Amino acid sequence: MNALEITNIKVNYHKQTVLKNVSFNVPEGSLTGIVGPNGAGKSTLIKAVLELIPKRSGTVKVYDQALRQQKHLIGYVPQRSEVDWDFPTNARDVVLMGRYRKIGFFKRAKKRDIEIADQCLDKVGMLDFATRQISQLSGGQQQRVFLARALAQDASIYFMDEPFSGVDAATEKAIIHLMKEWKSEGKTVLVVHHDLQTVEEYFDRVLLLNKEPIQYGETQTVFTMDNLERTYGGKISFLERATVLT
Amino acid sequence: MSYTGWIIITGILVGVTCGINGSLLVLRKTAMLADAISHTVLLGIVGAFFITQTLHGIPMLIGAAVVGLLTAYLVETLNQKGVQKDASIGVIFTSLFALAVVLLSFIGSQVHLDTEHALMGEIAFVPWNRFILHGIDLGPKAVWMLSAVLLISLTVIILFYKQIKISTFDHHYAILIGIPVGFIHYLLMTLVSLSTVASFNSVGAILVVAMLIVPGATAYLLSDRFINVILLSGLIGGLSAILGYWSAVQLNVSIAGAMATTTGLFFMLAFLFHREGLVIKYFRHRLRSQ
Repeated sequence: MNALEITNIKVNYHKQTVLKNVSFNVPEGSLTGIVGPNGAGKSTLIKAVLELIPKRSGTVKVYDQALRQQKHLIGYVPQRSEVDWDFPTNARDVVLMGRYRKIGFFKRAKKRDIEIADQCLDKVGMLDFATRQISQLSGGQQQRVFLARALAQDASIYFMDEPFSGVDAATEKAIIHLMKEWKSEGKTVLVVHHDLQTVEEYFDRVLLLNKEPIQYGETQTVFTMDNLERTYGGKISFLERATVLT
Repeated sequence: MSYTGWIIITGILVGVTCGINGSLLVLRKTAMLADAISHTVLLGIVGAFFITQTLHGIPMLIGAAVVGLLTAYLVETLNQKGVQKDASIGVIFTSLFALAVVLLSFIGSQVHLDTEHALMGEIAFVPWNRFILHGIDLGPKAVWMLSAVLLISLTVIILFYKQIKISTFDHHYAILIGIPVGFIHYLLMTLVSLSTVASFNSVGAILVVAMLIVPGATAYLLSDRFINVILLSGLIGGLSAILGYWSAVQLNVSIAGAMATTTGLFFMLAFLFHREGLVIKYFRHRLRSQ
């Protein structure tokens, strides 16, 4: 069964087309990596799919229904650099934002919500930092707070935007552990990723993207040197070439 | 109540109202938009005068809200069409304000509304402009207007606290979980417009910017909770009004000027002495090296 059906997405930015012809289906319970060079429109694709930015055209279906009716099924971990980490709040508060829909628009968080938030923090090894101001956390710890917020959402489809960038080894492990757990629970995960060396290890499906899809499918068949060169337009470094080929 | 009492109450109301609303702008990094709105609302006031031929509170508030929203909307639109954010603020701000100044000169001397008054305000005149209903003197109009705006602001912030907080921290996430971010943005811009107009007579368009932004920026340095930044900012605004009035009387200088200067002093102290401030860092460094 397809968790996600994306048809013909096109995104313009100031009259310039930054993304076009994007159509692909994502089966339930898969881990998909979205891979491509800088400026390929990877983050833009996620944001357009989730209707966070306007798109010129295209439709998104979540479990066969329009996204609008299914937003409660979506979890989202933005790029860490997208929010202001000097914002006056603590880790637990950020995780509680994940409970917002369940708490209700005008109600306060109940004891139960705080318990859940703390459980989620515990799961990513951040419970000791629950009341820590978020600017006092390291990059990896901030990323784990975002993961805990996604956990607190209890979604069915998770979108993560470069979760591995600039994090420590412990956080990387936590992310991988979480992705595998989600997969085993039948949840679907899409990740914008730029480290070619780890693609085969982490993801069972890959979308190669450079302003439009170059190739999409199972990692074994799609993640070939040939396709990568088409995606990166020959700009793939010697080192990356060596690691991918081995 | 005494003349002095009314001036102090007016000052406190200006400080608290602007402090509370301004802190949200600082947190949302839209302080310059507040600067723009504080000037363009003059067009709303002049417009309201042309329509009603009086300087009554309610038409003025409505006019200001309309022009404040228009300012925010035009800045947003230009920005989306590819103009830099600061440039679009600069363009909209100056052109609407200039239009207001031109219109002002048509009004002439029939009412007490001129450029200098609009820019600088005069809190010392506030107690004489009374609100009289059925022959009963209910105190200065400005106090009523400011109290109403403060009440509206508090209601909005309490009702939409979570929405304001989440959309300020993480805009895209807020959209995803169904928070009407556009509505929240324009709602806050309305509050800024209302605060500005209500404070206009007292401190004018230039100093109201200080009352809006400086207490918020100070509180931002001192607190690590969203709610505390808002409350502390209101408190600093109120305290600045009291200390400002007191020092103005001592030194025989402009009351509004002294109030705004006091906010600046608060900011300087916070900047030097907050947890990561220069002074604390210096002493921490010395302690460590000993």
